[in-house]
Amino acid sequence: MKQNLYNYILGIADNSLILGQRMGELCGHGPSLETDIACTNISLDLFGQVRSYFQYASKLAGDGRTEDDIAMLRQEREYVNVLLVEQPNTDFAYTIARHFLFDVYHLLFLTELEKSKDLTLSAIAKKCIKEVRYHERFTSDWMKRLGDGTAESKAKIQEAINDLWTYTDELFHQTKADKAMVAEGIGVDVTKLKDAYYEKVNEVLTEATLETPESKYFQKGGKKGIHTEHMGYLLAELQYMQRAYPNMEW
Amino acid sequence: MSTKNWPLWEVFVRSKNGLEHRHFGSLHAADADMALENARDVYTRRNEGVSIWVVESKNITASNPEHNGEMFEPAQDKVYRHPTFYDLPDEVKHM
Amino acid sequence: MSPERKATIMSEEQIKNLEKQFEERIARDEKIEPKDWMPEKYRKTHIRQMSQHAHSEIVGMLPEGNWITRAPSLRRKVALLAKVQDEAGHGLYLYSATETLGISRDEMYEQLHTGKAKYSSIFNYPTITWADMGAIGWLVDGAAIINQVPLCNTSYGPYARAMIRVCKEESFHQRQGFEIMLKLSNGTPEQKEMAQDALNRWWWPALMMLGPTDAESVHTEQSMKWKLKRKSNDDLRQQFIDQTVPQADILGLTIPDPDLKWNEERGSYDFGEINWDEFWQVVKGHGPCNKERMKARVGAWERGEWVRDAAMAYAEKSQERKKKQVI
Repeated sequence: MKQNLYNYILGIADNSLILGQRMGELCGHGPSLETDIACTNISLDLFGQVRSYFQYASKLAGDGRTEDDIAMLRQEREYVNVLLVEQPNTDFAYTIARHFLFDVYHLLFLTELEKSKDLTLSAIAKKCIKEVRYHERFTSDWMKRLGDGTAESKAKIQEAINDLWTYTDELFHQTKADKAMVAEGIGVDVTKLKDAYYEKVNEVLTEATLETPESKYFQKGGKKGIHTEHMGYLLAELQYMQRAYPNMEW
Repeated sequence: MSTKNWPLWEVFVRSKNGLEHRHFGSLHAADADMALENARDVYTRRNEGVSIWVVESKNITASNPEHNGEMFEPAQDKVYRHPTFYDLPDEVKHM
Repeated sequence: MSPERKATIMSEEQIKNLEKQFEERIARDEKIEPKDWMPEKYRKTHIRQMSQHAHSEIVGMLPEGNWITRAPSLRRKVALLAKVQDEAGHGLYLYSATETLGISRDEMYEQLHTGKAKYSSIFNYPTITWADMGAIGWLVDGAAIINQVPLCNTSYGPYARAMIRVCKEESFHQRQGFEIMLKLSNGTPEQKEMAQDALNRWWWPALMMLGPTDAESVHTEQSMKWKLKRKSNDDLRQQFIDQTVPQADILGLTIPDPDLKWNEERGSYDFGEINWDEFWQVVKGHGPCNKERMKARVGAWERGEWVRDAAMAYAEKSQERKKKQVI
């Protein structure tokens, strides 16, 4: 099996999986009916992406592991999503800030991935770009509404951005699989996305009348499977059925 | 306590090019951008549209059904506006 | 002047006359539209039924929403998410339609949150296993469809139009549920047991969902006239049972009613006594989850307040900025 490619796909897909799971938690609990529906749409987009990636990974694995086995039956240390996406829905400000900080990266990433020599990945990226462009628009708009809304909303969204900022740098760390795939013209060199990322984020924050955090202290580990304490609880729900009733079809 | 509620918007969707925008329903949104986005998420989840108009409901002026008599009934007997009003011999084709 | 204000200064005879014309229009199958004159009772009855219907969709998101994060496969997860999202959409269509009668969505929420407005009591039962997702789709949506299809022809235009959209979109909901049940029934003994257990718990509440017996049902006659109802509760219930029993046979599951028996003469199933005490207990707010459901709704609304306020403040600032630019 092409181990590096397989690992590389997990690295991409786990981000969408964990973020989709977080957005799914909100269904039925959004701040307005319209916003609820919008957040669910985003969650559905992400799970759609996850399925495309894992179906491809399943084919590569070629050992009978299904998309669900890959999504739900790994140990926590085997999930390689960035720490950012697993952060909880503390309030709507955190939900929007987390998503926004990921969307800007996600769009830059997919735009490059579309150029991949791997035709399957390129095709998936092409489809996902449209979805993610909308996500970025949606969360950027909300960043502005919350930032330039009331004094209360400004304080909340600024706090969320400040707290989550520490997880942004990890987006640009390269794993072993990353490096191998970049060398083969399949993967995206994420280190090259960094400047454009902070520029775009800064642009939206400024428009939202928010401060761009200056902290240089960053957290990392997700890409190596070392997660925050939130991850275990998230996986407990995600994996519950597959763990409690192993080897069954649903 | 909220000071103001999100206003109501009317949503018009063109299902495909060649068709007119049709009234699909309404929704609440704080501003026009949000109304458009909400309309997209609420009314075109199943691929129902290629174009959306939103207009704040309060900006629509509607006729009053109480005036339907003078508004619409005078048009009922103007049959000369319809082709069937005119008698032509059967031999005349393509008209 | 609004139609209803005008009504207050009309003579009784004038009103009687208008009412007669109004009833005749409905009898002729004409639709009533928002700005048309309508009897106050028609308006109130519609606000009550339509908002109740909308509330049911919104509260109905909660028991299923429970399982979104725990769905056993990605395929099931997206189907469930899409279904629960549809319920939000349907609530929205129905709230919008109700707003044409001169009540705001916020007022309707207020009625729901203070317990003044009711919603379908079935959503006060807990969803404790994955099979409950199957049972709800199969039975609860099945019963809802029986209730809703006739409403596509109801007399109030906005309600009828909302229902046409709802029914069209809901066609996948019941299939989604039945498919879950089918997979469980054909699965391991443990899965089959899970399916049977869900049927045992949801069967009777589903029957109750079609409303109290005709003898105890208020409003029915008037509702029939206004086409808010086409068949009586008991007839709807019989229809539901007759169409569901053969489906249970396909699943190889047993309906939890020892008195259930085909009646050759009636061409229908006879069935056992429904526990109406339980029904009224739940309706009155003492079901297993009434408090949790309300707490979840009120909580979401209150936690969202600062968000809604922020969006409104931002919209106003943007408007101001635009105005200044023009000057």
